[in-house]
Amino acid sequence: MEIGVGLPNTTPGTTGALLTEWARRADAGPFGSLAVLDRLVYDSLEPFAALSAVAAVTDRIQLATMIAIGPLRPAALLAKQAEAVHRLADGRFTLGLGIGARHDDYTAAGADHSRRGALLSEQLAHLRGSDYPGEILVGGNSGPAFARMARYADGYAHGGGPPRAFASAATKAQAAWRDLGRPGTPRLWAQGYFALGDDDTVQAGRDYLRDYYAFTGPFAETIASANLTTGRAIKDFVRGYAAEGCEMLVLLPTVSDVGQIDRLAEVIG
Amino acid sequence: MKVTIVGAGPAGLYLGILLAKAEQPHEITVLERNPADATFGWGVVFSEETLGALRDADYASYLDITDTFARWDAIDISYRDTVLRSRGHAFSAIARKQLLAILQRRAAELGVTQRFGTEIDGQAGVMELCADTDLLVGADGVRSVVRETATETFRPTITPQGGTYIWYGTDLVFDAFRFIFAESEHGLFQVHGYPFDEHASTFIVECPETTWREAGLDEMSEADSIAFCEHLFADELGEHRLLSNKSTWMRFPLVRNGSWHARIADTPVVLLGDAAHTAHFTIGSGTKLAMEDAIALAAAFVRHGSDNPAAIQAALVHYERERKPVVERFQQAATDSAEYFSRVHEHTHLAPPQFAVNLLTRSGRISHTNLAQRDADFVRGVDVWFATGSAERAVAPPPAFTPMTLRGLRLANRMVSATPGDAGLVLTPLTAVTPGGRVNPDTPTLRTDTDTARLRAAVTEANAEGSALGVLLGHAGRRGATRPPDRGVDIPLPEAEAWPLLAPSALPFGKGSQPPNAMTSDDLAEVRDAFVAAAGCAVEAGCGLVALDCGYGYLLASFLSPLTNRRTDDYGGAVDNRLRFPLEVVGAVRAALPDDCPLAVRLTVTDWARGGMTADDGVAAARAFREAGVDLVHVVAGQTVAESTPEYRRGYLNTLSDQVRNGARVPTMVGGHLTTVDAVNTVLAAGRADLCVTEFLTEPAALTSGRAA
Repeated sequence: MEIGVGLPNTTPGTTGALLTEWARRADAGPFGSLAVLDRLVYDSLEPFAALSAVAAVTDRIQLATMIAIGPLRPAALLAKQAEAVHRLADGRFTLGLGIGARHDDYTAAGADHSRRGALLSEQLAHLRGSDYPGEILVGGNSGPAFARMARYADGYAHGGGPPRAFASAATKAQAAWRDLGRPGTPRLWAQGYFALGDDDTVQAGRDYLRDYYAFTGPFAETIASANLTTGRAIKDFVRGYAAEGCEMLVLLPTVSDVGQIDRLAEVIG
Repeated sequence: MKVTIVGAGPAGLYLGILLAKAEQPHEITVLERNPADATFGWGVVFSEETLGALRDADYASYLDITDTFARWDAIDISYRDTVLRSRGHAFSAIARKQLLAILQRRAAELGVTQRFGTEIDGQAGVMELCADTDLLVGADGVRSVVRETATETFRPTITPQGGTYIWYGTDLVFDAFRFIFAESEHGLFQVHGYPFDEHASTFIVECPETTWREAGLDEMSEADSIAFCEHLFADELGEHRLLSNKSTWMRFPLVRNGSWHARIADTPVVLLGDAAHTAHFTIGSGTKLAMEDAIALAAAFVRHGSDNPAAIQAALVHYERERKPVVERFQQAATDSAEYFSRVHEHTHLAPPQFAVNLLTRSGRISHTNLAQRDADFVRGVDVWFATGSAERAVAPPPAFTPMTLRGLRLANRMVSATPGDAGLVLTPLTAVTPGGRVNPDTPTLRTDTDTARLRAAVTEANAEGSALGVLLGHAGRRGATRPPDRGVDIPLPEAEAWPLLAPSALPFGKGSQPPNAMTSDDLAEVRDAFVAAAGCAVEAGCGLVALDCGYGYLLASFLSPLTNRRTDDYGGAVDNRLRFPLEVVGAVRAALPDDCPLAVRLTVTDWARGGMTADDGVAAARAFREAGVDLVHVVAGQTVAESTPEYRRGYLNTLSDQVRNGARVPTMVGGHLTTVDAVNTVLAAGRADLCVTEFLTEPAALTSGRAA
């Protein structure tokens, strides 16, 4: 299993300088991928724009959306954006797509929330039909999401949780893959949040997660409490995911401090 | 911390006990609407695992509880004038009244205030309690008032589940858990019985709601209802009586909550036991889950502390995070179990050993191997019965390795795969009967001498490995002319490389898919003849079995589904019309095959989509195919339309196969992510299918590491 690291594109206060410095250090570090999240109605950097900047200052590392909310963009525009990052990164790009979780993102984008699943399927059909060259992952936890993943994608992007939750989702992904008659096995990516440092850093990470997931109600507390805040917690998490067959585990930052990437490199290095 | 617990059931009292034992003692009050000695229900069941948890959590009450326990090790299944006994299931039970008395006594000893006969005055009452406590615990059962006060956060759902049932006691003392199945003129009734002390047993009677109404039980008095059940189970009860405790017939309420904790007027509130979740009584886990909730919540306070609001909040989050996945697994198993008992009347033709295995493995938690670990002799008997249909031998291989005969074909074992060697039957991928019926340019066809020769080579290769070869003949219909599946399926070929498509109606599969042509009567005749011609080639090539594809939204399946067939002629509309073309093809192929060659059909039995075929429609279709001469139904589901709602997991088609096999009384073959030999043995021994398509995911580590050495 490879370890990836998230870019701070949805944590508060990220500048262009921070983003590119973060990317350079990741490229030089023990990481297999560099990934972004996607939220429209939140203080954040647009994922494809962020990855375009990062493509210019990295040579080796795989870039990824983990995931981008496909239906917020028209299919042709989404394909155009993805192709641009794919070309700018010289093919080092994995396009993770999902339907997201927030209604207000759809309202702001003028997209039809009630058709979000079907819209994502149409976008995937468009990408495949137009010979989009890059790797595509699909996320989600429902039966239709797994079927969509197996129908159109190269693999599955898990949305987070303990290793046991990943194991259950990976089983479903494999079952769907066989059901749709795909050869081989699906790629399996997953993610988790971390904050490494003193009490203030840990607190800032928790506060960010509470804020980012405020729309989920009390579940935000559950996500915040699962934040990985010690080297030991990260190592246990990594071991658990590796044992369940994950191929790429992306650890997402919860504070916009470039020191995070060095601390993470130290833990997993 | 000041803790107010609403509800003095096992969850509430046990939490009170555990918190009272904490290093920093809390001020704990338990409020209960009923008097202290009120008795509802009869016995409650615990597993060995739960007993271990109770022993570790509070040794004093554990000793009291185990002193009065009824223990047993066997499950008896009384069915068709036989009783089958399976041993090794260590369980215990206690009278609910006795359990509560022990917990009340222990709580009092530890200084927990208990106020009985205290009714909470609805939501206003809950608000009042919140104003005067640091933590409010809703342990007030299925109809929790606490939960009702913050439904927007808890987001509860309550859904009726399974059949109609009533909770009786009896003075007959069973010596095991006992399932009793009794046929009445209105349908099948079953009893879940177990002893809970030296004088009495729980005796739950259950039946489908329709049976309950037809028997007139919906209008009977308490006494008449008892008389009816005593009469029905007279053979079992003998001179013993059924006892009612204001027992009423009901359907089980499945309770779920989006969140298990909330804030009411800024006071943290948490749900425990039935208020938070229920699991159908047929897996007997309600009290166990409730008491384990109490243990987990008390432990969360040890871990996070309780002296400030942030610590209390952290403990509640921790509690929910730990318990919810466990509870959800039990709820899944309980749902499978409830559904099993709703349909158990379809299994009454099964021989007792198979009926018993189907019952014991109903919730997916116990497999063939688990049963063998618990009771090796029981499973040896099942395996002998499976292999020989009799009790004349002492030992037999497990079901997966039992041969099977279909007409003139003898299969070495019950496994099916795409590669020869391990499997008794090798089944080809979809082989098109015409070039226009290919799924993609790589789809093989069976039409020419070259095609026949290629298939003959495959037959020779499979036979050399001891496997029979079956060919799956089909026509892609509107799912044809797509790209090879390396990067996805249903991606249309570029126009220049595509070929015209046929379908019952001119509806494209997805947006961007090529619109098919609605078939004319000439098209129908041509495709039917092509199936017959291909079957002739298959026989010539030496295939042991011919399978016709009527699944996955390909051509024949798209005639069957109302979602894809909008024809207004004899081949569309009512179900008999939608079945007409597939049945014509089956009939023509059957007539062309030699008598000893078995014919299978791969059948989508449900579309998993609104307005599409349901499992009941699928069973009816399977019955029609059997009557038309089909020897084996390969059960599949979904893919009729692009957007459907499958529920993937290990063995996700097992229940559907069970329904088809036992509803339409036709042998079935099933896949659905069966990844272990144990899963195969379980499906076969339980009579859910006759053949299994295996999906072994990886090379076994024992072999790869051996090679490295």
